[in-house]
Amino acid sequence: MSAVLQAVLQFPGAHSALKPAGPQARIAEGLWNSMYATAIVVFLLVMAALLWAAFRRRRAEEPAPDPARERRMRRVVAAAVGITTIVLFTFLVSDISAGRAVTATPGKDAIQIIVTGHQWWWEVQYRDSVPQRWVTTANEIHVPVGRQVAVELRSTDVIHSFWPPNLTGKRDLIPGNENSLWFQADSAGVYRAECAEYCGHEHAKMALLVVAQSPDSFARWLTQQRDTAHTPADSLTSRGQEVFLSSACAMCHSIAGTPAGSRVGPDLTHLAGRATIAAGTLPNTRGNLAGWIVDPQRIKPGARMPPNQLDPADLRALLAYLETLR
Amino acid sequence: MSSPSRSGCRRRRELLAAVLLAAALSACQREDRRFRTWPPAASAIPAVRQSELQPGPTTRDLTVRNEYGDNAWAVSEGKRLYNQFNCSGCHFQGGGGIGPPLMDSQWIYGSQPENIFATIVEGRPNGMPSFRGKLGNDQVWKLVAYVRSMSGLLAKDVASGRNDDMQVRSQEQSTEKARPVQSAVPPASQRP
Repeated sequence: MSAVLQAVLQFPGAHSALKPAGPQARIAEGLWNSMYATAIVVFLLVMAALLWAAFRRRRAEEPAPDPARERRMRRVVAAAVGITTIVLFTFLVSDISAGRAVTATPGKDAIQIIVTGHQWWWEVQYRDSVPQRWVTTANEIHVPVGRQVAVELRSTDVIHSFWPPNLTGKRDLIPGNENSLWFQADSAGVYRAECAEYCGHEHAKMALLVVAQSPDSFARWLTQQRDTAHTPADSLTSRGQEVFLSSACAMCHSIAGTPAGSRVGPDLTHLAGRATIAAGTLPNTRGNLAGWIVDPQRIKPGARMPPNQLDPADLRALLAYLETLR
Repeated sequence: MSSPSRSGCRRRRELLAAVLLAAALSACQREDRRFRTWPPAASAIPAVRQSELQPGPTTRDLTVRNEYGDNAWAVSEGKRLYNQFNCSGCHFQGGGGIGPPLMDSQWIYGSQPENIFATIVEGRPNGMPSFRGKLGNDQVWKLVAYVRSMSGLLAKDVASGRNDDMQVRSQEQSTEKARPVQSAVPPASQRP
């Protein structure tokens, strides 16, 4: 997990369209680089022409119109218009072909993931032909390196937008409609994604991590996520589970293997294995978790999580229990 | 130059405009989003009498003011919670079914905010579960505000004007206020 945190701390690199880690992001970066280089050349030429026009030596009196000179000037302007048109058309063609390449249909062996946007967190589900093997997690997508990942995008409330700049472009999540996109990570690493469509009060604190790992470790992760939650072994953690089930927690969160099965808030079955809490707002540490449980409105004003007044001993037991949910 | 009567007329008009603008300002409160306030009554659950009889002179209890009763945002949050916590499972969208209707003027256990709060927190015989400890008190107060808006007991500018989902009932905003009627507690066998 510390490696994940490290990657999150290298924030600009883990969230940048200029550091592509997949084929589609590379197409977008190539398009950007060509436009950037062309714009620099155009800018320099225009500035040179402007400076020449501003500082050229002038005659004292206006010369009489000279037909040959007028013709020359017309030719220069026509050539500039022609070159501009060609440049813009080249951009248009390269833009459309880049768009077609990025949105091409994914292959049949792509991993299917369903990402559902909520105000203000991400629900992630890996489906299987056996419903018992479905995996539900939150705010973190794990993918194997070198394999296409087809993402189905849904929303339960308002329009959100899924945007992992290192991997691909953004796509909206629209309530009542299923959208889709696919991406592929070519190198292992942790990439940051976030909501790119203003979706309400805490839009800015709605991030998600994409963890690209080797196929073996991805398979291990998926198998581990299919397990039900850790059963409390000692008196402290079993007290923590009692606190969880008898307080407001169980009204919104689910933990597989316990009676808590609500789907209003994020699934907490393997909470301790996740790198962040509150949709990428804070690193998942014991202290942050305690602050979040007791007064979430201080950390993320407007979040749907209510404040919880817990007895200090109960809070300690609850934290101990949550930390066992690996 | 304007005559004295015309300048007086203009002053009156200016005064009227100022009053209207000030009145418009008061409407800003209804959308105020208070994320970290604790309504005064939120920390302690209001005590509701189980009996009409009192020692000494019979007095009426002071009514509890629901801080959220005049806040459109809180009422819409209550509407969201109403479905998320499955109130609609029994009361449906207010028309009732397994539980009694909430959009009519009949109240078995009282229509005042503190009565509805007690009903949610304590539960009631024959089906209404007790949400004590399962909901934050501010969430209960938001639900109370929304439940009252269903039968038109809140101001129209506070009650919800549209649904996020399919239209299943007329809007809370367009519900006419009916005088709440305290129905006699029905025999246990008929209680919803």
